[in-house]
Amino acid sequence: MQEAVISRAKELLADGTVNRVVGWKAGEFAYDTTPAVFTSAEELDAGFIYNDFCAPNLSKYIIKESRKEGKLLVFLKPCDSYSFNQLLKEHRILRENVYIIGVECTGKVDADTVKSKGIKGITGMESDGENVTVHTLYGDKTIPKSETLGDKCKTCKSKKHVIFDEMIGNDGEVNNDGARFEMVKKLEKMTSEERYEFWRGELSKCIRCNACRNVCPACSCENCVFDNPASGIQQRAATDSFEENMFHLIRAFHVAGRCTDCGECTRVCPQNIPLHLLNRKYIKDINEFYGEYQAGEDLDTRAPLNAYTFGDCEPNIVYKRGGKE
Amino acid sequence: MFRLPIEKLDDLFAAVAAAQTLYLPADGKDGRASYVKWEEGVKLSKALNTVRSAKDHFFPQTTNLCDFNMNGKNIEIIDNRQESENFVIFGVRACDARSFTILDKVFLAEPVDTYYATRREHGTVITLACTEPEENCFCSVFGIDAASPEGDAACHITEDALYINANTEKGEKFIESVKDMLTECGTEAVDAQKAQTAEIMKKLPFANVSTDYFRKNTLLDIFNSEHWKKLSEACLGCGTCTFVCPTCQCYDIKDFDTGHGIKRYRTWDSCMYSDFTKMAAANSRNSQVERFRQRFMHKLVYFPDNNNGEFGCVGCGRCLSRCPISMNIIKVIKTFGEE
Amino acid sequence: MLNETLIPKLGVVTDIRIDTPDVKTFRVVGTDGKKLFEHIPGQCAMLSVPGVGEGMFSITSSPTNKEFMEFSIKKCGCLTSWLHMMDVGQQITVRGPYGNGFPVEDPEKLKGKDLLFIAGGIGLAPLRSVINYCRDKRENYGSIQIIYGSRSKDDLVDYQEILNEWLADDGITVNLTIDREQEGWDGHVGFVPNYVKELTPDISKTVLICGPPIMIKFTLAGLKELGFKETQVFTTMELRMKCAIGKCGRCNIGNKYVCKDGPVFRFDQLGELPNEY
Repeated sequence: MQEAVISRAKELLADGTVNRVVGWKAGEFAYDTTPAVFTSAEELDAGFIYNDFCAPNLSKYIIKESRKEGKLLVFLKPCDSYSFNQLLKEHRILRENVYIIGVECTGKVDADTVKSKGIKGITGMESDGENVTVHTLYGDKTIPKSETLGDKCKTCKSKKHVIFDEMIGNDGEVNNDGARFEMVKKLEKMTSEERYEFWRGELSKCIRCNACRNVCPACSCENCVFDNPASGIQQRAATDSFEENMFHLIRAFHVAGRCTDCGECTRVCPQNIPLHLLNRKYIKDINEFYGEYQAGEDLDTRAPLNAYTFGDCEPNIVYKRGGKE
Repeated sequence: MFRLPIEKLDDLFAAVAAAQTLYLPADGKDGRASYVKWEEGVKLSKALNTVRSAKDHFFPQTTNLCDFNMNGKNIEIIDNRQESENFVIFGVRACDARSFTILDKVFLAEPVDTYYATRREHGTVITLACTEPEENCFCSVFGIDAASPEGDAACHITEDALYINANTEKGEKFIESVKDMLTECGTEAVDAQKAQTAEIMKKLPFANVSTDYFRKNTLLDIFNSEHWKKLSEACLGCGTCTFVCPTCQCYDIKDFDTGHGIKRYRTWDSCMYSDFTKMAAANSRNSQVERFRQRFMHKLVYFPDNNNGEFGCVGCGRCLSRCPISMNIIKVIKTFGEE
Repeated sequence: MLNETLIPKLGVVTDIRIDTPDVKTFRVVGTDGKKLFEHIPGQCAMLSVPGVGEGMFSITSSPTNKEFMEFSIKKCGCLTSWLHMMDVGQQITVRGPYGNGFPVEDPEKLKGKDLLFIAGGIGLAPLRSVINYCRDKRENYGSIQIIYGSRSKDDLVDYQEILNEWLADDGITVNLTIDREQEGWDGHVGFVPNYVKELTPDISKTVLICGPPIMIKFTLAGLKELGFKETQVFTTMELRMKCAIGKCGRCNIGNKYVCKDGPVFRFDQLGELPNEY
């Protein structure tokens, strides 16, 4: 896979279709890949990587990159392609400056998931698609790849690319089994006190580092309300629990209907807060109230929260469907 | 050196906690460790280190500096500082222990930061030697010995016992306070453990990373290097690295209107944030390249220049494991070093 | 309990002078009516209105004034707008003094030298403290020349003081200029950097310069053309500050903190530091 990806990138650079390539760069270990821009065949040979460890979503970088001089090549995994489409729909990306190659994805290995199995001192990892061999300071271990996936991949919504100019590897299918809403359903079944306790427990861990916001492709505001001194909520001081609670709730509301469920928020959270559950709750609600909708799936469907129709549910339907009066 | 049978560990914690507040790393529901206040039932984590560093104990994420009451044209300033209670932090690793001496150089320099100084005075640091360092550890690059941590007293835990030795007067006092539980002993077991850890330390992937480049080149040459652009390319401008870092100490001062008075807070801030240097009229670091460069120049050049060559990094590896895009100080040091 | 520099003192605004359409000068004393603290010319203080913000301002009165301190403040952000709306009698909070100040007593640097002050716009404010200090200790300094320019006559800060005191003072030379022709102005018209070159000041003088970055840049280039060395030129800087004591980590230029190691720098010092200001 990696060879095919690199040689195609070199071709497109050489024939002048593009003048740079946005992809992933190898790190110190197998798992610490970094998004990077490559401008030459030498640079591609030196560091370009595409394998089971390339979790970072590259779509957000294209907002900035597509505004620069010349055309760029970007490799998108299926979930990244949804984010890309959504940004395109919001007029944040200049499509004419981007050449997209969809790359097959069978789920990405997450170092934290591997570490959570008590595996320490990981100096290298290899994946053959089925199993992951982990080299550590304290010996080698092999575990099934299915047990190494991060949250974002465990309940993958789709292995199908929604936008690309060409594909390398096989395009997959949309996954409609609804497994990604299992935890949301569990939370819905809780009493409000239990649910409050669950979220207080999680959100009180927040250190307001803004990693979730800054990595989120839906958080593409030029100037965030939480960075605006005039907003009254810019305080970094955790003077009460307002900030840590409301920051995430306001953010979830703001991306509701635009969040494609790429799962980057949870992947990057240093405190391991399952932030994607907030977004999935909104996705599930939107599906139930306004009909199935997947943000980023296409460029034409109007988002339910942006479109008024006579068929829109009335608040009392919310109550009928389980809300308390 | 003193010895405590390992099965008595919880009794030791109970005895310490009976006299003063005790903090130690414990596993959360998700298996990740963080410092918590010890109470009956809390178990010392076996994790190598906590996600957040130990700096919180002396430099909390938010500190209430003072309060104000506004009354027409008049202002009342309320100094609400209180003598803080004595406390013990147990299980601090060698890297975090060294971070305190780095923070001391900032906060205890004239004019002394009394909030920090008071906490420092009231806190006893009991360190714990590492036995299973991990791939991201590089404390030895900064001359830190993970097997012989600093701190007021240092502990070594073996399969069957905890060994403790005082490094300072405060540490001696601590041992004195629990002496009836301890027995005096030789250093054989600890020496053996140290030797074993030293062997592992040699094998760590970053054991031989060199910081020479930053000593041999001038501030301006490093600042003006072409490398910064490439290194900072993917930086998201979040503050994760700074907030998990044990030596990052930049802060903001903010006022919060409670509706019945103004509270002035000191909060952690990050040089990676776009508004860090923003003024009404201008911003001296307008792009992420400049902000990224500032963070690493501070740790590798500016801080050493102002502090007899000591680097502002302790090699704890937190930024390596937590940066969303896996860009970190090791990649910076290596990129320059390979020049 | 130990004195904590981050906890401010109370100040009372006893007089407000309107200097220009966007600059006011505030006179501040302690609640006991006395001066809050002593300072060196060029040093700063943190002024704050709780709930609005805190900011670093140059103390524009001379230390030889034993009764009060003055701050000339241009309206440009949240805090300064609030300060401009204040009435006499308003309390604010003050802490300081901070920074190094100008080396007025150093015989190697300023004492005994012929001094040339060059200022543009609000840039006169930090220099005013030094100018009046030198006027009050006239015997300690050689000749004093002030070249000051602003956008218009109305934008000349401290114009009344300039007219009534400085121009009336035989011991000093004052050269004023404004950017564009204006009715009622028969003085020089033109930008400060050009005016400096026209006046061809003696290159033995020690220069103190403050103004907008663009003015400083061109003036410095002009001075070099005339034969001045960087070691003869002092300036004072402004960057975002929160703590004012070199700890909060944002006002550094290289390894120097503007709040603590500055705000006064000599140009040869700045040359050794990154161009990040």
